Parts: sequence; C-alpha cells; structure tokens
Amino acid sequence: MNIYDLTIHELKEKISAGELTPGEIKKAFADRINDVEDKVKSYITVTYELAEAQLKDYENKKEKMLAGIPIAVKDNMSTDGIKTSCASKMLENYKPPYNATVVEKLNEAGAVILGKTNMDEFAMGSSTENSAFFVTHNPWNLNHAPGGSSGGSAAAVAAGECAAALGSDTGGSIRQPASYCGVVGLKPTYGMVSRYGLVAFASSLDQIGPITKDVEDSAILMNVIAGHDPQDSTSIAGKKEDYTKYLKEDVSGMKIGIPEEYFNLEFDEEVKASVLAAVEKLKEVGAEVETVHMTDASYALAAYYVIAPAEASSNLARYDGVRYGLRSEHASDVNEMFTNTRHEGFGEEVKRRIMIGTYALSSGYYDAYYLKAQKVRTLIKDDFDRIFNDFDLILTPTAPSTAIELESKSDPLEMYHTDIFTVPVNIAGVPAMSVPCGFDSSEMPIGLQLIGPHFGEGKIIQAAYTLEKLLNINEKRAEL
Amino acid sequence: MTTKYETVIGLEVHVQLNTDSKIFCGCSTEFGKEPNENTCPVCLGLPGTLPVLNKKVVDYAIMAGLALNCDIAEYSKFDRKNYFYPDLPKAYQISQFDLPIAENGEIEIETEAGLFNIGVTRVHLEEDAGKLIHEGSIDKSKGSLVDYNRTGVPLIEIVSEPDMRTPAQAKAYLTELKMIMEYLDISDCNMEEGSLRCDANVSLRPVGQEEFGIKAELKNMNSFSAVEKGLEYEVKRQQELLDEGKKVVQETRTWDESLNKTISMRGKEEAHDYRYFPEPDLVPLEIDAAWKEEMGKEIPELPREKYKRFISELGLPEYDAGVLTGDKDLAVFFEEVLSDYDDPKNLSNWMMGEFLRLLNENGQAPFESGVSPINLAKMLKMIDQDIISGKIAKKVFEKMYNSGSDPETIVEEEGLKQISDEDELENIVDGIIADNPDAVEDVQNGKDRAIGFLVGQVMKETRGKANPGLVNQMLRDKLMD
Repeated sequence: MNIYDLTIHELKEKISAGELTPGEIKKAFADRINDVEDKVKSYITVTYELAEAQLKDYENKKEKMLAGIPIAVKDNMSTDGIKTSCASKMLENYKPPYNATVVEKLNEAGAVILGKTNMDEFAMGSSTENSAFFVTHNPWNLNHAPGGSSGGSAAAVAAGECAAALGSDTGGSIRQPASYCGVVGLKPTYGMVSRYGLVAFASSLDQIGPITKDVEDSAILMNVIAGHDPQDSTSIAGKKEDYTKYLKEDVSGMKIGIPEEYFNLEFDEEVKASVLAAVEKLKEVGAEVETVHMTDASYALAAYYVIAPAEASSNLARYDGVRYGLRSEHASDVNEMFTNTRHEGFGEEVKRRIMIGTYALSSGYYDAYYLKAQKVRTLIKDDFDRIFNDFDLILTPTAPSTAIELESKSDPLEMYHTDIFTVPVNIAGVPAMSVPCGFDSSEMPIGLQLIGPHFGEGKIIQAAYTLEKLLNINEKRAEL
Repeated sequence: MTTKYETVIGLEVHVQLNTDSKIFCGCSTEFGKEPNENTCPVCLGLPGTLPVLNKKVVDYAIMAGLALNCDIAEYSKFDRKNYFYPDLPKAYQISQFDLPIAENGEIEIETEAGLFNIGVTRVHLEEDAGKLIHEGSIDKSKGSLVDYNRTGVPLIEIVSEPDMRTPAQAKAYLTELKMIMEYLDISDCNMEEGSLRCDANVSLRPVGQEEFGIKAELKNMNSFSAVEKGLEYEVKRQQELLDEGKKVVQETRTWDESLNKTISMRGKEEAHDYRYFPEPDLVPLEIDAAWKEEMGKEIPELPREKYKRFISELGLPEYDAGVLTGDKDLAVFFEEVLSDYDDPKNLSNWMMGEFLRLLNENGQAPFESGVSPINLAKMLKMIDQDIISGKIAKKVFEKMYNSGSDPETIVEEEGLKQISDEDELENIVDGIIADNPDAVEDVQNGKDRAIGFLVGQVMKETRGKANPGLVNQMLRDKLMD
C-alpha cells in the first residue's frame, strides 16, 4: 500500500514503529498532491509553509494525537495569515488575523496542515460546483461531482491528498460528499465542536466534523476537535468522551430504526438495495432492526430552505466592502459601494439564498415563513426525540443517489433534493455519520447514514465500526 | 373655536454602561483611545467570530431594571437587528426584540406642576455601533473613515410609556433617569460624549381623546436643554399644523441646534425593515432569583428616596434636598460630613454656598477639591465653638479648597483664631470708643444701628478675628448701663 493510502491510525503506528518519519509522510502526501491535484482539484490553497513549520515543532508534539499527520481543512475555517476564501470572490484575498478553534486544536495535537480545500461558495451547494474558482472532481470518476459543500475535503481524503480532513455540515455538507467519495463523514451533535472561526453560513445548523478514510480515524479526529470552547456560547460543556473506546465490533441488542417514510421516497434503487443489504448484515450480528414512522423528510427540507437562508442573509450581510475582502471599484457613494460589491462578489446560489432569506425575514412575511419554519423545526426535533426514546440509532441512505455527474443538475430545487436524507439531522441538531456500504454498477461508492440521539456519537461510531468490519470494503481506493 | 390639544411624549433613552470591557468581547471600553485601538476580530465582526456575553453587563442591566421598578425577565433572549451602515461591522446589531431583560417599571418625577409617575415600558440590552469620521463635511467629503472603538460598547435602551404631557416633564424624566444611573454607578451619563442619548416620540391629540395622534420621532438632541427645546419646537410645529387644519406626517425628524428647529430626516415609507430574528450565536439569557437578589443588594439609596429622607429626617428645605441629591457625589459628600457633624441645615448652607461656588468656578466634582468631608466637619465645628468666625471661615474654607490642608492647621499657621478673650479685647474696644465719639453718642441716644458700626470697627482692627458677639456684648455693657 502507498503511504498516501494509509489512515491516521496506520500512519501513527508506522511512526511509532520507526518505519516512517513525519517528514517522509509529508513528502509522500505532497508528491501525491503533485501527481493528482490537476485531475481532482481539491485544494484552493496548499499550505506547505505552515506544514513545514508544524513539522519543525514535531519533537514537542510527538506524544500528541495527530503528531505528524497530514490534514486538510475546508476553506471556511479561519487560518491565521492564510487565505480563507470560502470559495468566494468576496474573500478571494482575505487572510484572517486569527485561527479557528478547530485549527488551534489541530495545531495543538501536532497535525500537519497541508491545505485549504475547495467548497461550494460559503458552503451553499451540494456539488462543489458553486465554488467561484474551479470545480472539484470525484476521484472515483472525474466526470462526477465530489458532492458538497465539503467536496474538496472529501475528494482530498478519497484521492490520498491528505490523511483526513475537516468539513462543515449545515444540511449534509460533510455526509453527502463523504457518501459520494466513499469515505467516512461525521456531523457531530450541534454544539460538540466549536464554531469559533468557522465562517458562518447558518449559525444554528453549522457544525464542523471529520472526513476520514475509516471509522477509527473519525473517532481519533473527534477526540481532537470536540469539546467546550468559551469563545462559542453554543458549544456544550461536559459531554466530550473518548470516542475511541467505542471502536468495538458489537451491535448485539442495539436497536436500529428504519424510517419507512424515508425509504418510501423515490430514489436510486441500487442505493436502496445496498443500504438494505447492509441492514441485513447488521441484523445477522445481533442488531434489532425495526421499521419506524417519522415525519416526511420533505417538511424538514422546506423548513431548512427557510431557516438556513434567513440566517445566511444576516451572516453574509457583513461582506459590504468596508473592512476586508472585495470592494467594488465602481461606486460613487456608500450605498452603491455596498450594492456593487455584493453584486460583483457573490455567486448566483449565494445571491439566491440571500434573497430567499431576506424575504423570509421581512415584515409581513416573517410569521408565514421564518416562524412557521421554526415551528416545523420543533416538531422534527420532537419526532427524533420520540424515536430515540425506544431506539439507539436511525439508519437511512445518506443521499438519494451516488455521485451526480458534473453539470447534471441545473435546477436548484433538484439540487436541494439531494440533501433530503441529511437535512432533518441538522434541523434536529443530532449527530449522524455517513459510512460506505457498497458500490453501484458503475463502481461509484454508496453511503448509508447512521443517526444518533444528542451526544450519541459513541453509539454511531460503534455501529459504523462494526459495519465497516462486516463489509470489509474500506481498503478499496479510487484509482487515479 | 380652536381645538385644545394635549401633548403626548415618550422617550427612548440609550445609556452606555461603564463596564471595563465590551459586551461581547474582551476589548477595553476606554474613551479617547487612538481610532480602532480598542478592537479585536470579534468586535470587528470578522468572518467566523462569535459573541460571548459579558456577565457584568447583565449585572448592570439587572440593577437598572430593579432601580426602575421593572420586572426582571427570568428568560430573555438576544435578536439581530439587520441594517447596512459602514459603522456596523456585522451589518446587524445584537439587541433584544420581543423578550427584553426588564419590563413594566415606573419612576416618580417632580416638576413645578407637581409629582408624576412615568411608566417604563422596557429595558433591553444591545451593543453600540462605531463612528464615522468624514473628511470635511458629510455631503462634500471625498472619503470617510471608520472608528470601531465604540463598536460593542454595552448599551441599555430604556423605553418609556407615552406618559409625559409637557417638555418639562420629559426633561424631568430624563434628569431622573440620569440621576438613577449615576447613583447605580453604571454609566457616565454624559450627553455631550454620547454615553446618554435620547430620542423622543411626540404627538398631539384633542383633549379628551383616547386615541393617540400621529407622532414624529425626534433624534439628535445632544443635551438636556436640546431635549427641552427640541420638544417645545416640535409641539409648537404640530400645534400650528393642526390649527391650520393640516395633518402631522409620521416621520423621523432631527433637531438642528444651530437652526433651533427640527428637520425631516425620513418618512414612514423610508423606515427600515430591520428583519429582527433570534440571535443564533447566543443562548437565551436566564436570570434566577438568586442573581436578581444579589444585584438588588448592590442598589444604593436612590435619588428620590434620598431626597425625601433629607426633607423628612434631616429637616432640610425641599430646595436644599433637591440640590444636594441632584448630584450623587454631592449627596455622598454631604452625608459623609454629617457622620461627624450634626447640623444638616448649616452644612447644607455651606455646601450650596461656598462649596458649590468654588466647584463651579473650578469645574470640579465634589471629591476632586482639596476639601475632605472630615475637614469640612472640623471647620464647621470650629465655627460653632467660636474658635473662628463665620467670616474668617470663608477664608479658611477657600484655603482648604485650594491646598487640601486641615482647617486647624490653617487657622494656626495664619493666626486666624477668633479672639474670645475679654481681657485681650478690652483695650481695642476702649480705643474704638475713644476714637468714635459721634457713634458713641448715637448709641447712647438709642440708635441701635450705631452699635453695628462700632462692632465693625473692632472687627477691622482685629482683621476679623474678634468674636463679634462678644464685642457686641462688651460695647453694650460699656455704653448702655
């Protein structure tokens, strides 16, 4: 196996066995980036200078959890002095003067940050085609999208351009690209990972999480990034655990609910068959699987496309050309400067969502849209709580299909529907993971989603780890 | 016949809280720093930053709420008020919309027309915005600079009920609010520096009518007199419109101090839609009984209570009580002197007379002068014990004020001690009698006023040090037996 194919825990073993040095590892990944980046286009910025600096500090960090491990970070997480563009023309030259808490935690854990990955502009999209700069290609088939919005992170992991990556997930933006790229993506419970320094899309839904080659790596990364941060008032104290203790092949007696309303939706038959086959495997080793009834996921999608744009319209209002980022050169007064800066700096999808959100919050429409959506949100939360009174986990497909072809979905509503299985999870604030469960007839990866109750990351990891061992497909890599 | 109108005024008052750090970050709130010196990624609203609520700000807001007799909300929340302006770095202000920290209060005010209770609708927390600095005038300026030092400085907005009926009441209400904030020591309340800001809603309605008339919102009144003048102007303007059978337009008007009039800023249709919604970056604010109680203990005696006590317990005239409690430090100073001295009225005379005169001349606050409460008490006792005369005391007081010295030392060093020794005065009194035969004759002929002249001569001879009462008695004894 190539060095760049190795997981975090495999690399750690090789380092401690003296078989590899962090310098050799960094070089192997840099060579890989050199070889395949032209085809995949995962990175907006490679940060070798930072990586070298972090390598120099290796001796001080070698006992730490990620000592010498090459990691990629989505380009919406602030990196001190390093461009953090959110894949937007608006922030094309913006260098934050501070690090996001997760970046600080990676530093502290001895990670070697290789670069900042491509994404849909301001995390708005499901294919990474909304990047203002370029399209990222799915390593399993370069004509396909890597998913989104954390498409660059998922593609970089799948292509061996990093050992693991961080993504952010507002409506599925970690899980859906993980599913498309055949890797593991975890969206933690809302509040488990600090959002400080994550450029906000929809504050009440955004959550940072790991994208990794296997479940064990996901647990390791969670150990590094989870935990209370005094700089994020919505982060939760006292709930962090050692997630690696859940790396057990044991689902006996675990109660897993299969929501009939989700499986009754119209979606790819191969995906459905693959997910249901995985369910059978879990049953065989003792999982207690039952059909459950949940609110139609389309209500969650409707609520999401009111709440997320509403928050986005406010969060993105600060990009006005006054302090940083793009400033239009075509303006004769301050209002023209605002208008033209935003006209020139934002892409189509971002503008669409700002318009939707502004409308939904406007006086006269607030009750009918925003308030109604919040009520639906409460119902969806209650719905999940009700199921989790009796079940340990809920299992669904991650996405209705395998990776879509590039430029295949021009209708935004059609694109929004690719998030149908993942969005309810964000609305409810619960954790969920996408784990590879097979391949379709075109050899494109399929993922299934395990959803847990609040702070149920441990149970998710345990079930996913068991499944991964049962299916034994995670050694398979995209050929480039 | 012309209709009689009743004026209806409500005030929205912004009070900057004097915490050391800002409401959502650790930056200093110190006034007068270099532009943008007191800033960080959070108060500059850089992408990815998040607010963290300063507990001290909540402490102060609870105190303000309690002092205004409000109910303190067990559960309140923050909301975003969205609008674009270069001094607002996030393009939204974090404020409180439908669940403010305090509601349903009232305070008592007094004007020449009597006592009134003015309702306080609500008190809510919010962050201040920055400041634009224009090169030259605002309309001709080629560019503008922004100073974000003030961004994120904590504010409370105090909204009154439309309970005021005259500009004088509005001024009295604002004065009372300022005094309460000063007594709580939670704000500098300086209108000129902007730590106290006042907007007003004004409307007129025919006397007897329940329904409110159409209101104008007045802004930019930057002093107490501007508030009164602005309101008076606006009442007159609306009265004239109505008398002419015209309608008042709902609009925002600005007070122009130099033109002495209000000018239309924007109409109803140009009013902002702030698109308020709950701030997702902050958790709801929960205040339990213990926190409320703890803050209740921090509240000192408030100006109205003190005013009433000064009248009822100390027997001061209303005027004196009003002047002394009108300034927190003056009241504190007064009471500190009283802990060593027991004639409140005599003390009040000195404080309102000499002390205030010197403070005003020097532009100083009560505790900034050389006079300490304990030294003032000593000096007053020296007068009462006939050690110095009242006239000499004025000299002593001025020296105390300027040097900070002890009155005993001053009297000693300057030899100002009153002469109350008959033997010592005997020769001087005899001399004055010998030198002024006309006056002596007048006295003996029953012209009592001539005694005063002779006392004055003795005082002059002793450079004010003679005990005037004693001299008077001695003269009478010698001339009128």
